[in-house]
Amino acid sequence: MSKVIDADVSHTSTALVTIENIYLLIGIMVMFLVVRTLQDKNHPKRLTTALFWFLFGSSFLFGDFAIATFGAQITYLMVGISVLLIALLAGLNLVSMGSYSIPSEQVQNQSAKTLGNKLFIPALMIPIVTVVFTVLFDNVAINNVYLLDQRHLTLASLTIACIFALLVGWKITGGSPVQAVSESRRLVDSIGWAAILPQMLAMLGGVFIVAQTGDSIKELVTLFIAPDNRFMLVVLYCIGMAFFTMIMGNAFAAFPVMTAGIAMPFLIEGHGASPAPLVALGMYSGYCGTLMTPMAANFNIIPAALLDLKDKYHVIKVQIPTAVTLLAVNIILMYSLVFND
Amino acid sequence: MFDLNYWPLIGIPVVVIGFALRFNPLLVVTFAGLATGWAVNLDFISLLQTFGEKFMNSRQLASFILILPVIALLERYGLQQRARDWISQIKTATSARILALYFIVRECSAALGLLSLGGQAQTVRPLLAPMALGAATNKYGELPKPVKDMISAHAAAVDNIAVFFGEDIFIAFGAVLLMDAFLKENGITGIEPLHIGLWAIPTAICALVIHLFRLARLESKIAKAVQKYNAPEPIL
Repeated sequence: MSKVIDADVSHTSTALVTIENIYLLIGIMVMFLVVRTLQDKNHPKRLTTALFWFLFGSSFLFGDFAIATFGAQITYLMVGISVLLIALLAGLNLVSMGSYSIPSEQVQNQSAKTLGNKLFIPALMIPIVTVVFTVLFDNVAINNVYLLDQRHLTLASLTIACIFALLVGWKITGGSPVQAVSESRRLVDSIGWAAILPQMLAMLGGVFIVAQTGDSIKELVTLFIAPDNRFMLVVLYCIGMAFFTMIMGNAFAAFPVMTAGIAMPFLIEGHGASPAPLVALGMYSGYCGTLMTPMAANFNIIPAALLDLKDKYHVIKVQIPTAVTLLAVNIILMYSLVFND
Repeated sequence: MFDLNYWPLIGIPVVVIGFALRFNPLLVVTFAGLATGWAVNLDFISLLQTFGEKFMNSRQLASFILILPVIALLERYGLQQRARDWISQIKTATSARILALYFIVRECSAALGLLSLGGQAQTVRPLLAPMALGAATNKYGELPKPVKDMISAHAAAVDNIAVFFGEDIFIAFGAVLLMDAFLKENGITGIEPLHIGLWAIPTAICALVIHLFRLARLESKIAKAVQKYNAPEPIL
C-alpha cells in the first residue's frame, strides 16, 4: 500500500468502502432481521413489522440498483410510495417488539465476571478505530482505488470499525457475527419507528425547500425588525436562528437564510458589526435550538429510544435549561463583542 | 407587508400540533409534507418523487444501525453488568462525576476535531449510561424506572451538548467552513476560518460552566427522586 499525498480527489475516483457498499451492507442486515422477524412465531405483529422493515431495507438494498436500471424518477416515486406506507404502518400502530431469548440476569452476571474488562475492548474499538482510520488512512490507495470513500470518510471508517469490533467480539465472547446481527433485532425493534424519523425529517426539509418555506419564515421574522435598535436586532437574529433551527431540525439550514435576512443587511452593513464573532455566535444560537427540538431526531429522539426511556422527549427536557441559558448568554456575548464603536 | 405568503408555513403548525398531541411522529411528518405540497400546489406525483429523493439521499442518517450488532452481542455477554461492576470498584465515582468527566473529555476532543470519539450508539448506550446508572445503583440499590430514565437522559444530553459546543472551535469542521464560505460569497473578505473558530471559544466555555453547574446539582436531585419513588405508598 502506498500513501498518496496530496491526491487529487475527483468524484470519479473509486474506493473499496464506498457509500453504496455501506448502504448494501445496511440493506442486507435489515433484510436478515426481516427474515428473523418472520421466523418469530410469538411476535404479536409479525407480518406488518416485517413489512415495515422490508420497505425500509429495500431503499438500501435495491435503491441504487433501481436508479441505475429504471432511472431516478421511477425509483424516487417507488420510494415515495414506500414512505407513505411506512408512515401508515407506524401510525396505525402495526409495528411492535417481538419475542427474544435473552439469557437470565444470573447468566449475564456470570459471563461478565468470566470475561472481565475484555468486554470493553470491542466497544472501545468502535470510536478508536474510526478516528484512527479517518486520521491515518484517509487517502490510502492502491492503483488509484482508495480504501475509503473520499466524500464519506467518517462513515466509511465507522463501517470498518464496526466490522473489526464484530470480529474481535467474536474472538472474546465466542458469539459469531451472525449471532450478533440476530441479537441486534432486540435493539432495532426497541428503537422502532425512531430509526426512520431522521430520514423522514430530511424529507420534510426537502419539501420545505421546494415550497420555499424558508423565505416565508424570513419574511415573518423581518416583520419584527426595528432597524435602529441594535439590541433588538441581536435578539432577533439569535432567537430567529434558534427558532428556525427548531423547525428545520438543522442549524445549517437556518444559517444562510437568517444571516442573509437579518445579520448581513442590518447588523453588518447597518451597524458595522464584526462578521467573525457575529456568525460564530449566530450558528451557536442555532445549536441551542437543535437541543430543544424533536426535529433533530438523531440527537434527541434516537437516544431516547436507544436508552429505552419511557418519555421520548425526556432528552430534550433535560437539555432545555442548558439551551435556554446558553441562548441568553449568546445574546449578551454578541451584543458586547460584535460592535466596535 | 401584505404580500407575505403564509401558505408554505402550513407544515409548521401541523408538526407542532401533531407532536403535542403525541401522534406517531412518522405520520405527523409525512402529513406535514403532504400538507405543504398541497398548499403550494405541487402535483402529487412530483411531491412523492421529492419524498423519495430526499429519503434516498439522507440514508447515511441510518448508519448508526451498523453499530447495533456489536453492542447487542456484548450486552448479551454482560457488558452493562461489567460496566456497573467496574465502576463500583472506584469508590469516589458518582453519576454526576462520571457525566462531568465525560463532558470535559468530549468537548475538548471535539474541539480538536475528534468528533467520532463518542456518540449516542457508540459510547452512551454501551458505556456511559450503564456506568452512570451503575454508580447510582451502588449508592442507592436497585433504582426505580423514573430515576433510571433521568440518569440515562442526562447521559444522552451530556454527549449532545459537549460535542455541539466543542466542534465549532475546530476550524476544519463543516459548520466553520460553511460560515466561511457564506461570508466570502457575500463579499466579506479578510476573515479566516481561524477567526470564526476563535470566536466560538467564549460560548464553548460558557456551555462547559453552565452544564457542569447543572451536573453538580444532579446528585442531590437523584437522592431526592430515589427517596420519593421508594417511599411506601400512602395507605388510603
